[in-house]
Amino acid sequence: MKYEIPVGPIHPALKEPIMIKCTIEGERIVDVDVFCSQNHRGIEWIGMNRNNPVQSIYTAEKICGICNFCHPSCLVMAVEEIVGFEVPERAQYIRVIQGELERIHSHLLWAGVAAHELGFDSLLHYVWMVREKVMDILELVNGQRVPKDVLMYGGVRRDIKEEHIPKIREMLKYYAEGFDKIAKLFLQDKTIKMRTREIGILTKEDAMKLATAGPTTRASGVKKDVRQDMPYYAYPDFEVKAITPDMLTGETLGDTYDRIVVRLLEVKQSMEIIEQALDEMPGGEILAEPKVMKVINQIKKSEGEAIARHEAPRGEAIHYVKLKEGFEYLYAWKVRAPTYINILSWRPMLMDMQIADIPIVAASIDPCMSCTNRVTIVEDNRERVLTAEHLHRLSVQKTRRLMK
Amino acid sequence: MLPMLGQLLKQMFTKPFTNLFPAKYAPKNVGKYLQDVQAGKATLISPVPVADPETFRGKIVYDREKCTGCKMCIKVCPSKAIEFKEEEKKIRIYIGRCIFCSQCNDACPVDALHMSEEFLLADTNKVADYLVVE
Repeated sequence: MKYEIPVGPIHPALKEPIMIKCTIEGERIVDVDVFCSQNHRGIEWIGMNRNNPVQSIYTAEKICGICNFCHPSCLVMAVEEIVGFEVPERAQYIRVIQGELERIHSHLLWAGVAAHELGFDSLLHYVWMVREKVMDILELVNGQRVPKDVLMYGGVRRDIKEEHIPKIREMLKYYAEGFDKIAKLFLQDKTIKMRTREIGILTKEDAMKLATAGPTTRASGVKKDVRQDMPYYAYPDFEVKAITPDMLTGETLGDTYDRIVVRLLEVKQSMEIIEQALDEMPGGEILAEPKVMKVINQIKKSEGEAIARHEAPRGEAIHYVKLKEGFEYLYAWKVRAPTYINILSWRPMLMDMQIADIPIVAASIDPCMSCTNRVTIVEDNRERVLTAEHLHRLSVQKTRRLMK
Repeated sequence: MLPMLGQLLKQMFTKPFTNLFPAKYAPKNVGKYLQDVQAGKATLISPVPVADPETFRGKIVYDREKCTGCKMCIKVCPSKAIEFKEEEKKIRIYIGRCIFCSQCNDACPVDALHMSEEFLLADTNKVADYLVVE
């Protein structure tokens, strides 16, 4: 006897609007289907119809609350490539530091959520207490805990002050001392091991086939990291290496436990990068063009298209931007958030697992639905499935429209 | 659970990490509680001070005298929180819509806009007196 269990669209285990439909036989999951696009905010539309490119930096920041550096960073990189802004060296270093601070806070937040999904709430509160340290530093450097609002075309808006550097170093010391403890609480705990070892396995072949990104793919043994493959900003100076779980445990299974290992190791890696960046940060200007109106006019006069990639905490974020001469807004803007491709890996992960594993396996890819909003077509209450040919035709039409 | 046990035992004897703002036990009615505080009947546990008053981005402070009405801030505001008053050639800022990016501060040519330290800005009325700066 087979039953269908819907998890979502709004479910206490996932908290964000997405639906997983599981077909079960007894306790065993035999089929999984995922339904995205439960809501849509139209941020790309705003960037193409209402806001000028400078305003769009801040709307891009609101695509996702947690990784609010990666999206504006992609947009800024793409526009800089088209217009040809020369970004000062110091600004490149500050961008690297901001990106890594974001990774530390995002991974620690995820670690807490993962503990919560396992029903281990005391660990959740402990990890989030530890996370407060990096949040304090973000408030110190940026003026607010979560929104950074630091990027601008051709540099950054705010410098890292001399008096802030000792406090950042103190934070690094705090994490360096506390890292072994957190690693022990997570990796040597029998309960966590029982609930995550060999649960939600994504094999290397599946990870490659589904083109997953970020820690999800690295936990399956694929050495893929934009900071390593196509370094941007000042990353070439740091020689970042993609982290795989065998660096700590000696083996790669691609299960939920491995995804915890990868994220914890990445926190350590980010700390090392920040430390090196603080040591090597050159002096000088932080902004190529301080006058905002000049920046807007320069972008208005430019024409061209570009793609930018950034390694966000959840994986690779990609933005496509096209500018047209005399057009006030971005002529085309396409956002591809990392969760959008990682979601597909839920099917191979959940197959043959139990119902109780759904929350932790779903959370193990660190899903972020606010980035993954896509259009749902609702017309005359009729359901309509868009076939591959139809989608291809739409895509060809759109390309032609943009080429005009 | 075992590795966590030591940490939990230790925490039983340490001060709570969180700041119990505005009171040790959440009041049923915050408005009434604040009135009690003003009347001297209750005490307020003060919020955590901001990390750096210079960089902190709180409620916008507007210097009416300096403003020349150039509309530069309106052009860069991402959330359309600023309105132009035609007859006076001055601006009105709706804090309820503001996202505290401080882009208007950077764009202002006469330095009439600043970010303050004030951050307790939650209200059921989006256009309450203190949430409209003019």
